[in-house]
Amino acid sequence: MSSDFMIRVEDLRKVYRVGEIDVAALRGVNLEVARGEFVSIVGPSGSGKSTLFHILGGLTKPTSGSVHIDGKDLRKMSEAERTDLRKKTVGFVFQKYNLLPTLTGAGNIAIAQDIAGILPGFDNDFKAILNLLGIGNRLHHKPRAMSGGEQQRVAIARAIVNHPAILLADEPTGNLDTENSNAVLGVLRDLNERLGQTILMITHNPEAAAYGHRIIHMRDGRVI
Amino acid sequence: MTNRLVVENLRHRPIRTLLSVIAVGIQVTMILTLVGISYGMLDDSNRRAQGVGADILVKPPSAGLLSFSTATMPDGMVDYFKGQPHITDALGTVVYVIQGGITAVTGLDLNAFRHFNGGFRYLTGGPFQGPDDILVDEFYQREKRVHVGSIVRISNRPMRVCGVIASGKLARLAVPIQTLQDMIGAKGKVSQIWLKVDNADNINRVITQLKAIPELANYGIWSMPELAAYYSVDNLPALKYFIYVIMSLSIIVGFLVVFLSMYTAVLERTREIGVLKALGASPAYILKILFRETLLLALIGWIVGIGFTYGTRWLIMTLVPASLTQEIVYLWWPIAGVIAIAGALLGAFYPGLKAARQDAIEALSYE
Repeated sequence: MSSDFMIRVEDLRKVYRVGEIDVAALRGVNLEVARGEFVSIVGPSGSGKSTLFHILGGLTKPTSGSVHIDGKDLRKMSEAERTDLRKKTVGFVFQKYNLLPTLTGAGNIAIAQDIAGILPGFDNDFKAILNLLGIGNRLHHKPRAMSGGEQQRVAIARAIVNHPAILLADEPTGNLDTENSNAVLGVLRDLNERLGQTILMITHNPEAAAYGHRIIHMRDGRVI
Repeated sequence: MTNRLVVENLRHRPIRTLLSVIAVGIQVTMILTLVGISYGMLDDSNRRAQGVGADILVKPPSAGLLSFSTATMPDGMVDYFKGQPHITDALGTVVYVIQGGITAVTGLDLNAFRHFNGGFRYLTGGPFQGPDDILVDEFYQREKRVHVGSIVRISNRPMRVCGVIASGKLARLAVPIQTLQDMIGAKGKVSQIWLKVDNADNINRVITQLKAIPELANYGIWSMPELAAYYSVDNLPALKYFIYVIMSLSIIVGFLVVFLSMYTAVLERTREIGVLKALGASPAYILKILFRETLLLALIGWIVGIGFTYGTRWLIMTLVPASLTQEIVYLWWPIAGVIAIAGALLGAFYPGLKAARQDAIEALSYE
């Protein structure tokens, strides 16, 4: 397996059992993402984008096929190993931000460090990233006191605080207006260009998809 | 960081947190108040018994040390005891329980009582003037709001309050001994006989000597230190089991309250649990958060419960000081704390397990 590829997926299949019916969400996906690449994935609802993300993020197991992330074979991972993968190797950004409402922005970032077993605290490099994200002076606020754009940037900071190998962003601008969308997409591109962060981003928006180096189209559980 | 999340989670739902804390507090208060009343009643009885100034107590056969016996001993035994070596004085009293077993009326001869220990200290009024007179202590006076001249009914017999006495000497309510003997149909009989010995060093010798008398073989004969030692919850099996029942009930109450509180918390926080899992939180981490929340609730509830106990004591000592006496039993604070924490953690167990087992993808899509 070449170390140039951060993600390598071969003939990935996922079948869900819904009641008494098997539903094939992924029907043989093949995908390679190079280290430091920013890839956009577009496709209609039900095309399997989210399922692919969930498998890459270690949230669910594939039914068949192989998935390697940063050289690790996900198929051979136990539940505990997949939990460990989410701590250190993968960072998630969600459409609905998903910040914990009871914690401040700083607390939301620190909890990710705590979960990863890292002593909460921001070093100078990370403070520079926070400034890049434009939230350096908003971190003592709770999510309810932040705009959607600010919340999403805190969510991005939380996703990368443990230096994950890949950042998975699921419709990160889906709930934002154009101005905030552009700000968030600009931040993702900056992270990719300045820090070499590998990013996979799901989006419905062609303009957002254009921020990536490459656009992958999915339909009916396959990359087309 | 986990601790901050725990505290913030509790602050985020102040009403639920408050209700849970109060529920745990009530649970703790139930235990501490019951134990406090048990200890208080026993200590009060002991204090008043010791206040008689006797060295030895004699009760008829089959009467327990802490039980109120009916009057079955001939009052002639009082003089018999006075004639025994080293015994300097003897006092026979009749005890009759009223108010469903909470309060006792003591029948005594005031002159003999005065001779025995100096007699009562009168706060108002004075000794019996007739057979239908009654002396009440200050607590009874405060609870029943009676005064000299008031009529109180003892077993439907109207009795006139002739004096209010300082508490701490034998009786809360005292009537002439013949009156009580008539009322309970025990003419010439007494319930217990108090003995004074010439020298404290001779108490055990006198007890041995009395027990050696064949006619007294089955009588209960105890020294006052023995009596004090017997005034314990451990010597009242019924009370002990009652305390156990209340403790069990309070564990169930704590369990149910925390169970419901944590169950709704887990349901409400389904999405947040999903987020934590997406961040790499293990089931143990999720459990740790919920258990710490529960522990904090239980600890605050415990402190609140201790505070409530001071409230119940104030209420009891203000409203019914003659019927009930409540003490603050520090020894039981940690026990009540352990019970509260155990009940709460038990209640958090299933919700915690449910949270820990939550599927991350389903949790993240929860609205």
